[in-house]
Amino acid sequence: MSKKSISWTLVTVLVILSFVLSGCTTPTPVATQAPAATDAPVAAADQVEVFSWWTGGGEAAGLEAMIAIFNARYPNIEFVNAAVAGGAGTNARAVLATRLQAGDAPDSWQGHAGQELIGTYVAAGQLEALNWLYEQEGWLEVMPQTLIPLISQNGNIYSVPVNIHRANVMWYNPAILSANNIAVPTTLDEWITAMDTLKAAGITPLAMGEQWTAMHLMETILLGSLGAEKYNGLWDGTTDWNSAEVKTALENFAKVLSYTNTDAASLSWQDAAQLVVNGQAAFNVMGDWAEGYFRELGKVPQTDYGWAPVPGTNGNFQFLSDSFVLPVNAPHRDAAVNWLIVCGSKEGQDAFNPVKGSIPARSDGDRSLYGTYLQSAMDDWATNTVVGSLAHGVVANDSWKSEIDTALGLFLASPDAGTFQTALVAACKASGPCK
Amino acid sequence: MSTTALSKPLRRLPFQWRHLLYLPLILMSIFYLIPLYLMLTTGLKGFEEINLQTMWDLPKSIRFDNFIAAFQTLAPYMWNSFSMVIPAAIISSFLGSINGFVLAKWKFRGADLIFPLILFGMFIPYQSILIPLVEFMKTINMYGGLPGLVLAHVIYGIPITTLTFRNYYASLPKELVEASRMDGAGLLGTYWYILLPLSWPSFVVVLIWQFTSAWNDFLFAVVLTNPQAWPITVALNNMAGSQIIAWNIQMAGSFLAAVPTLLVYIFLGRYFLRGLMAGSLKG
Amino acid sequence: MSKNKDTVLSIALVTPSIVAVGIFIYGFIAWSVRVSLSNWKGLLPDYSWAGLKNYINLFSDPRFLVDVRNTVVFTVIFVLGCLAVGLALAIMLDQNLKGEAFFRSLFLFPMAISFIVTGVVWRWLMNPAAGDRMSGFNLLFSNLGLDFLVNSWHLTPRWGMAAIALAAIWQMSGYTMALYLGGLRAIPDEIREAARVDGASEFRIYTNIIFPLLRPVTLSAMIILGHISLKVFDLIIAIAGKQLPLDVPAIYMWQTTFDGYFFSRGAAIGILLLLSVAVLIIPYLYYTLRSEAEI
Repeated sequence: MSKKSISWTLVTVLVILSFVLSGCTTPTPVATQAPAATDAPVAAADQVEVFSWWTGGGEAAGLEAMIAIFNARYPNIEFVNAAVAGGAGTNARAVLATRLQAGDAPDSWQGHAGQELIGTYVAAGQLEALNWLYEQEGWLEVMPQTLIPLISQNGNIYSVPVNIHRANVMWYNPAILSANNIAVPTTLDEWITAMDTLKAAGITPLAMGEQWTAMHLMETILLGSLGAEKYNGLWDGTTDWNSAEVKTALENFAKVLSYTNTDAASLSWQDAAQLVVNGQAAFNVMGDWAEGYFRELGKVPQTDYGWAPVPGTNGNFQFLSDSFVLPVNAPHRDAAVNWLIVCGSKEGQDAFNPVKGSIPARSDGDRSLYGTYLQSAMDDWATNTVVGSLAHGVVANDSWKSEIDTALGLFLASPDAGTFQTALVAACKASGPCK
Repeated sequence: MSTTALSKPLRRLPFQWRHLLYLPLILMSIFYLIPLYLMLTTGLKGFEEINLQTMWDLPKSIRFDNFIAAFQTLAPYMWNSFSMVIPAAIISSFLGSINGFVLAKWKFRGADLIFPLILFGMFIPYQSILIPLVEFMKTINMYGGLPGLVLAHVIYGIPITTLTFRNYYASLPKELVEASRMDGAGLLGTYWYILLPLSWPSFVVVLIWQFTSAWNDFLFAVVLTNPQAWPITVALNNMAGSQIIAWNIQMAGSFLAAVPTLLVYIFLGRYFLRGLMAGSLKG
Repeated sequence: MSKNKDTVLSIALVTPSIVAVGIFIYGFIAWSVRVSLSNWKGLLPDYSWAGLKNYINLFSDPRFLVDVRNTVVFTVIFVLGCLAVGLALAIMLDQNLKGEAFFRSLFLFPMAISFIVTGVVWRWLMNPAAGDRMSGFNLLFSNLGLDFLVNSWHLTPRWGMAAIALAAIWQMSGYTMALYLGGLRAIPDEIREAARVDGASEFRIYTNIIFPLLRPVTLSAMIILGHISLKVFDLIIAIAGKQLPLDVPAIYMWQTTFDGYFFSRGAAIGILLLLSVAVLIIPYLYYTLRSEAEI
């Protein structure tokens, strides 16, 4: 009896509570961002919802710095930071894809400049061309010439790049190299000889992480083996995926993989990069966001870690870039344009990039704000041949990249360059420009 | 009936054997507690103490600043979670109870076909229906806020709640309902005065089940809500962000996110087991 | 007369649920079937008819074949592991020991926590690194002198899924224990007493009397655990990330849909998953509903 009445009281309390709570929630103004006026139907209110996958570390801090500039310039527009983390942006992309299917585009979103935007969003007619904004803001004069074609299609520019990262960087541990009398390798052959020496000395020659970092390594080896022109040809259909040179390049990749740590699949890129600065591995190939990570760990450039282009890629700058877009039918178009103006401004880029650990897409950035490594990257960006990254959305559309990723996964599980090449040929036919 | 199900049985093994059983039980307890131990100790450590090679060590000193920092980040989202999970659990429990009653004790023609059709819904892989789900929610103007998320949890909870209640009601004697009908009570009367008061074991099971599954859900939450309405799982996932992850704060946050469901199990776990044993989730 | 009214009322009461299930489950399944028979690839919907092409391609897709094998390995180890651990714990707790309630709650609590929360811990515990980077279980084993237990967990060639299943067993074995304990407690003491009077040993009582009586519980548990294992997704992502040796259909579906915008192939994988669940569940439903009708 008493037990029964207790449980009934409990149920009654819960029912009442639930109605009270559900009554409260209808106009949920609970979020942290804006304490002021956020009624549920915000259609007319001034607001800009910006979607990205920058939720932590230097990325989030850089985004916050740009938001601060935005808030100072446009105090009447509420900035809604709709960042979703996870799986190298995969969760974010799933959320974005479902929202776009449902016709509920955010006011602006982050995407990698290049085929990731063009092959997916531009092909689906989701983006507004921004040539008028580039002219109005004078960006055509300050953004690098080599970049514009990669973010354009048929002469229309579709996004505002905020930063530039370099993919083909080899990080090394200077102490390990000098202890083994190894000079920093500049060719693939030198690199392999060096790694043989290290392996014989019982040192892990090359640190690698989970599957996407293997794709990152692969694109740099492809570039190093084929050279810039033929590498670019892979992506526009002028280099034959079935050729002997590609086969050699893939065999080089297989060879380099044989020097990696056995537990690669269980490491994140941070874990793998850390092996180098901790003296547990000699080399690591990773984009230059690793440098920001090393500095956050309190490591000293040139002492705890050194850098060079991945052997064989001297004189090439394999780049990737984060950019923001203006969707067709943006709910708050004017506010979104204002956000893009901040993204493309010198003030915005110089606020974002030193914190994020990348260089500005504009060529007039304030050099004094950037560290040793980034200054060297700025120099290379201005003088090197620019090619795009595969793993980071520049050269292949998403479907193609996803097919390559599957082929790569199968290759890592049972390394056979011939099978891998066949799968890559098929992927290019199915989702790339190959016929 | 629930009391008989829980009544302690006789001793089943000779005395000296029985005490040996504590050894495997304690070993298993340690296994079950290991993840919790790591979450708590890491959450109490300072950032410089975090190292995979010293993960088993106790923290050098007890400090709660990680928990405070994590709580400050997560608090608004925790409130979102509560205001979504409680209505979702209660509404879906009542729906399940009514469905279970009709399908077990007040069958209409075709009821026996309806039940397996509802039940089958339990097995749908949710990842494959995200796009029509978002589109539909948008059409009925339920997209973006908590009410839409509540609706999704209620609807995808219907199969399991209906199953639980139907099986429980089916195990009750027919005579209960027949006697009530003889007395002239209608459908609602029979439900309200006869079955509902007997239903608490199933209600506890279903409420706890729905509470935990809605609380722990990430997939629906991340695609159905906008940032103002994010529940705690999405916020927790975002804390991990990128680059350097402050594992101590992350672990403290993970622990905080698990506290409500843990409390539910600690305080209501007995009733949950009792409900399970009373036949609620059995065949 | 009032009976008719009540019949109408009873139908009216379940109608909202039926409509909701009809739209949110069967409507969406129908949508998926339609998409799986199309050529939709890319952000723009493309419902052009492709017939069974997506399904046929999957059966010659090496990745999908890896997925099927992984799912079988995972399901067998996970279901058998949960049943064995759950049954063993239930039999031990059924001995009327002091502290039973404590152990019961303790074994049950993992199912209260999601892998969003514990995934990282499992990732640490099953770290396969060796030498001076050794950590997790391996470090524990090594310090306890149990070096023969040190292994490379989910990176073990071909059997890595077994390590993932271990974490899943951690989560669901307590629930299986609860189901079995309920089943054991439902067996009247008189049956045991009668067997003892007949001179049966405790061991024989379990094998000949108790276990057969627990068969329905085992069947229910297998259904619940089996469908969980077919849908396993976030657990693998949390522990191992996305890597092909540990790929399962749910991950392939997610990646091909949202990384590659290959909506038609993703839908085909979803439908195949649902069909394999149906193969498992429909005979069960048929069996239970029929045996009920006989009573």
